[in-house]
Amino acid sequence: MSPNKNHIAPPRLAEKLLTWFIKDELAEEVLGDLDEKFYSTLNQHSIRKAKRNYWYQVINYLRPFAFKFFKSKNLNNNAMIKHNFKVSIRHLLKDKGYSIINIGGLAMGMVVAMLIALWVNDELSFNKNHSNYECIVQLMRHDTRAGETNTNSFLPTGAVTLVQEKFGDQIEQITMMRARTQSRVLSNQDKKFTENGFFTQAAAPKLLGLEMLYGNQDALSELKSIILSERLAKKLFGDENPIDQFVKLDGGVDLLVKGVYKDLPSNSTFAEATYMTRLLLLFGGDEASLNVWNNYNVYAFAKVNPKSDLKALSALVNESIQPSLPKNANDRSMTFFLHPMKDWHLRSEFKNEQPIISQQLKFVWLYGIIGAFVLLLACINFMNLSTARSEKRSKEVGIRKVLGSVRKQLIFQFYTESLLYSLSAFVLSLVLLWALLPWFNSTAGKNMLAPWQNETFWLLSIGFVCLTTLLAGSYPAAYLSSFKPIKALKGVFAGNQNAAIPRKILVVLQFTISIALIVGTITVNKQIQTAKDRPIGYTPKGMISLRPASPNFYSKKELLKAELRKLNAVEAVGTSNYPVINNLGWNGGFSWEGMANGFDEAFNTISISTGYGDAVGLEFISGRDFSDDLATDKNAIIINESALEAMDLSDPIGKIITYDPGWAEAKNYTIIGVVKDMIKSSPFQKTDQSVMFQEQGWTEWLYIRLNPNESANTALASIEKVFSEILPEAPFDFKFADDDYNEKFNAEIRVASLASFFSLLAIFISCLGLFGLASYVAEKRTKEIGIRKVMGASILSIWGMISKEFMLLVLIACVLAIPLAYYVLDGWLAGYEVKTTLHWWFFLVASVMAGTVTLVTVSFQAIKAGIANPVKSLRSE
Amino acid sequence: MKETKIGDFEETLLLLVGILDKEAYAFKIAEEFESQTSRAVSIGAVHSTLNRLTEKGFLESEMGESTAERGGRRKRIYTITASGQRTLQDSRDFKIALWNQFPAFAGGKLNFNF
Repeated sequence: MSPNKNHIAPPRLAEKLLTWFIKDELAEEVLGDLDEKFYSTLNQHSIRKAKRNYWYQVINYLRPFAFKFFKSKNLNNNAMIKHNFKVSIRHLLKDKGYSIINIGGLAMGMVVAMLIALWVNDELSFNKNHSNYECIVQLMRHDTRAGETNTNSFLPTGAVTLVQEKFGDQIEQITMMRARTQSRVLSNQDKKFTENGFFTQAAAPKLLGLEMLYGNQDALSELKSIILSERLAKKLFGDENPIDQFVKLDGGVDLLVKGVYKDLPSNSTFAEATYMTRLLLLFGGDEASLNVWNNYNVYAFAKVNPKSDLKALSALVNESIQPSLPKNANDRSMTFFLHPMKDWHLRSEFKNEQPIISQQLKFVWLYGIIGAFVLLLACINFMNLSTARSEKRSKEVGIRKVLGSVRKQLIFQFYTESLLYSLSAFVLSLVLLWALLPWFNSTAGKNMLAPWQNETFWLLSIGFVCLTTLLAGSYPAAYLSSFKPIKALKGVFAGNQNAAIPRKILVVLQFTISIALIVGTITVNKQIQTAKDRPIGYTPKGMISLRPASPNFYSKKELLKAELRKLNAVEAVGTSNYPVINNLGWNGGFSWEGMANGFDEAFNTISISTGYGDAVGLEFISGRDFSDDLATDKNAIIINESALEAMDLSDPIGKIITYDPGWAEAKNYTIIGVVKDMIKSSPFQKTDQSVMFQEQGWTEWLYIRLNPNESANTALASIEKVFSEILPEAPFDFKFADDDYNEKFNAEIRVASLASFFSLLAIFISCLGLFGLASYVAEKRTKEIGIRKVMGASILSIWGMISKEFMLLVLIACVLAIPLAYYVLDGWLAGYEVKTTLHWWFFLVASVMAGTVTLVTVSFQAIKAGIANPVKSLRSE
Repeated sequence: MKETKIGDFEETLLLLVGILDKEAYAFKIAEEFESQTSRAVSIGAVHSTLNRLTEKGFLESEMGESTAERGGRRKRIYTITASGQRTLQDSRDFKIALWNQFPAFAGGKLNFNF
């Protein structure tokens, strides 16, 4: 032994561990042996090796024979566990209906909680896939005009260029992007697709951290370059490498493909885009257009140091922009600020320059609470049903005790059973999750994947199963196992009179929620119906719309229209500058004789071609449509009913209106027609006052009314033939106008289907709670009912006696639910201009439904109790 | 219930206990096993097996004296019981019987000196 090894001792921690777990009677010899081993190793090898070896020896003593806590070596464990499971499975199978209800109920609760958790997780992880998530900010502005503040992200290019120049040191990269995605036709020879994409600057791919499959993040450094998303590259070029291939933009410019990026997940702000190309292309390559101050047409994104104080930086940026704002912007005040990426999705609503809780964040909370609540209710029901059932088993407990069961074994038995139930429910919920996820994705408008590979999911699930097992198993385990066998066998166990009260409260609570949800479902559906029943003002059915994406469309428009009109399949053709499904295009500057003083309202202004009226099916109240034959119609306008009302003209036809928009010279127009209001924006909003001019400038939206006597297929085929002959470079990307129109209801239909789903579920879960309570009560009163029957009570009277009690609970629930539902729904409807009234019968129907469901559920138990032979129920004493 | 069958590792340890005689305690047995077979073994594994052999009644043990290397701790000395010896003999006889039935080696080509 070398002298420096004299003071070396075995590792303390290992020694401690060993003394902690090893049997006391073995400690001395084992510690001695290990010490000897340690010093003999130390003699031949290094200290480290000796210590490592000591640890190895300690770990190797983790054997049952040496383990202090492993005491039951004399019990036949396997057999007992097997026996427990066997008995549990027999119980499960003995009463199949009850098992299905109980397990199914818990599984439903679990699957709802899982779906909602997935949804909430998806919402919270928005944009997290971007590698610069922590440091990306968006430059935005508060715009205050006449005391009203509106917050948006549209900026003038000048402001962004200024920030770029002045803040080079604090803001690493800043890039502009044309506001909103741009819909363009991209083509590779005969493959052409209308795609949405961003027109941005060279730094964008790096800033957004795009994952490049081909090319690199500098791919946009040349002006005529484009990068494609993986899915678009596949559509255009198949599986080959598209780098340095050309893509034609709108049948005009050729762009060089310089990169392909991995598709962004659907919970990214930029997911909608399938390509990115240069902003300057949109501005005709003119560098001066990046220093314009009067056109708010770009977004700006920047990368800042994540540790920098955004508030202070925002203030600096704002200060530096202010002096450069042009005069006309100064009569309204603007504040610029930086908005971090983590707040984009859920914290992007502002009121008076202060962030407020956004609608979306409210939904996250609301759904989160619903999810937790459903899970909790399902869990409590599960416990209730389990415990209500377990009282039946007091005899079994008695027998087991007489045969020598110790209490610990009984407890173990009940927990095993509870575990079996909750595990089955968990497995069932996984199957349900797998089955329901596609439906849920389409309903919620998401693209979520099942979390099979997610460890957190499994850990949480296992934790939850264990918790449920413990909670549901505790009552029978602790209470039933404490019975004195003699009492249990005799059948005397006086249940506590108050034991039913928590169950009753639970039933009232569940039914309150169910009734409120039923009222909600009825209201949402009625609301959709109300909007659908409104007169649309035009006829979406039998009409197609398209926007020919070709630079040649302008010159060939008349030819195309004339050729289309010749077709048998076409009834009318017209064009307009804005689509009929939105209300873009607003202008003020209208005046007329007898106009009220101070009138300065804007009107929705669109320009339409002749034939548009017939194509979309405008409904004239008086006057006529534009005509090709009258040259004076160039100075004519058509107004709608709302506009007529706003103008307050008694005899509108022939009246002269002066229009001075500011950006063109003032002109006089004659009203030649009045049409019914058209629902162009949301069908839940009031219709707008609008004025239609005859074709002034660019009208790019083409509307074709199909001949109703021809089948749509042949009609479309003949239209496509003409279209492709005249505009071979543009895809025939048409849409049926009624599809477009129906899309306006999507958000509400989504709410409606979720509301229906939740109400169904709530009713189901409430029924379970009720069923649990009813079976508990019926069980408790078996003797009473027996005696009543002996004394001559009829089945009907017993049924009435039990049902009455429950109807009272539902009545209380109604009283609670009606004001609650009214308050919530009134608030929801307040957000709509067009809304249904909350009819009294909504509440009545919901209450009657709840009552019926209650009656059916309770009757099952009540009749069972009523027809039971009193001899049997009384015999046991 | 007493187990009477014996495994290969158990048999080896039983023999080693016999060989080591007064020095037959877990650490020494493990050392001896390693040096005789040049196979690594942990003291825990040896101890566990010795424990099992004691339960089967093939070994007896009592606490012996302590030494300085062990930090003054005593050691448990194992000795073979009569039943242990019989089991060893049975095991050996059984194997010899098998060897004798093996035609290639029958007839004294291999020399077993006992």
